[in-house]
Amino acid sequence: MAVKLASIFFTMILVDNYVLVKFLGICPFLGVSKKLDSAVGMSLAVTFVMVLSTAVTWPIYTMILEPNGLAYLQTIVFILVIAILVQLLENVLKKYIPTLYRALGVYLPLITTNCTILGVTILNLDEGYNFIESIVCAAGAGIGFLVAMVLFSGVRRRVEDAAPPKCFEGLPITLVSAAMVSLSFMGFGGIVEAVFGG
Amino acid sequence: MSEKKKLSVLVNGILNENPVLRLVLGTCPTLAVTTLATNGIGMGLAATFVLLCSNVVISALRKVIPEQVRIPCYITVIAGFVSIVQMLVKAFVPSLDAALGVYLPLIVVNCIILGRAEMFASKHTVLESALDGIGMGIGFTLTLTVMGSIREILGSGTWLAGLDGLLPFLPEGFALQILPKSVDPFTLMTSAPGGFFVFGVLMAAAAWLTGRKKAPKEERNS
Repeated sequence: MAVKLASIFFTMILVDNYVLVKFLGICPFLGVSKKLDSAVGMSLAVTFVMVLSTAVTWPIYTMILEPNGLAYLQTIVFILVIAILVQLLENVLKKYIPTLYRALGVYLPLITTNCTILGVTILNLDEGYNFIESIVCAAGAGIGFLVAMVLFSGVRRRVEDAAPPKCFEGLPITLVSAAMVSLSFMGFGGIVEAVFGG
Repeated sequence: MSEKKKLSVLVNGILNENPVLRLVLGTCPTLAVTTLATNGIGMGLAATFVLLCSNVVISALRKVIPEQVRIPCYITVIAGFVSIVQMLVKAFVPSLDAALGVYLPLIVVNCIILGRAEMFASKHTVLESALDGIGMGIGFTLTLTVMGSIREILGSGTWLAGLDGLLPFLPEGFALQILPKSVDPFTLMTSAPGGFFVFGVLMAAAAWLTGRKKAPKEERNS
């Protein structure tokens, strides 16, 4: 059991990295990765909401929607649950943990339309994970997002000093360097199977 | 509204305000599904349908929806249409459903759709919003198709493989062989790094094309 959980966790971080391999959450990846501290803040907020929304949507789907034949409402219900959760979280943090709110607050409203959150809740159900596996998978996806953001913000600082051709300035050269980072993540393919025996 | 203005609203989304290459919206599906040109067409059409319907409904309701809760209202409308598309695709084009996977429900959080609702449909008439939806949708579909074609031809050597799923009259296993089979395809193009790379190059090409037209004006500004 523990081996399977560890295998899911590290697969999500290294092999199936949401940003670099599955192309989820590209908008914050390109938008917020300019500075290291904002990259870390955004990723922590994403990880937090990811785990929380998985913990809420998994029971809703398996206990309410599926037994009543309402599985087709999945998309609508999930996006509303995520939107409400984010709003709730913002209010709770503002009232009780103001320091954390100051660190994560600005990123929270952006998270509703971050496709990683909806993506992880839907993919967990598609994969047929049980509750604990889903939570571990969501945490792994969040940490994977953090790793990608931190690595890429480092790359980006170097890119900004370089002088690309005029039409490549800005986003195009950023995307090309993202291709290089993504290429390096391909090197992790198979490493988790080798360590944990698949 | 004059005929000319209608046309400019429609064409705007295809070139000047191309949602993917100029406004940089909806990047996730752009990168993820364009391993095959057919997937790009399918994704583009699905998003166009949602964009058109949600633009029309949101613009029709723009005076009813209270300002403070507009975003949740928009998301609910969009999620409703996405569910309809999901069911239609699952029923009639199962091969496309399998190819697009999780990216089909993720149209809900595609920033193009919410972006156009907020930027355009909430301020314009139903007809203008419908035209804007179609124009943006065509721009999105064209970009996805071009990107899918580049990645498919370089990465697998074929073009439009799997189009028989969309158009049932084509023979099963339809694909045009572009590169001769003796040439090893550049498989990196169909995997993740190729997606980022082709997208970056296309965006640079778009910047170069529009920059060339505007070049004299920019010089004056600087």
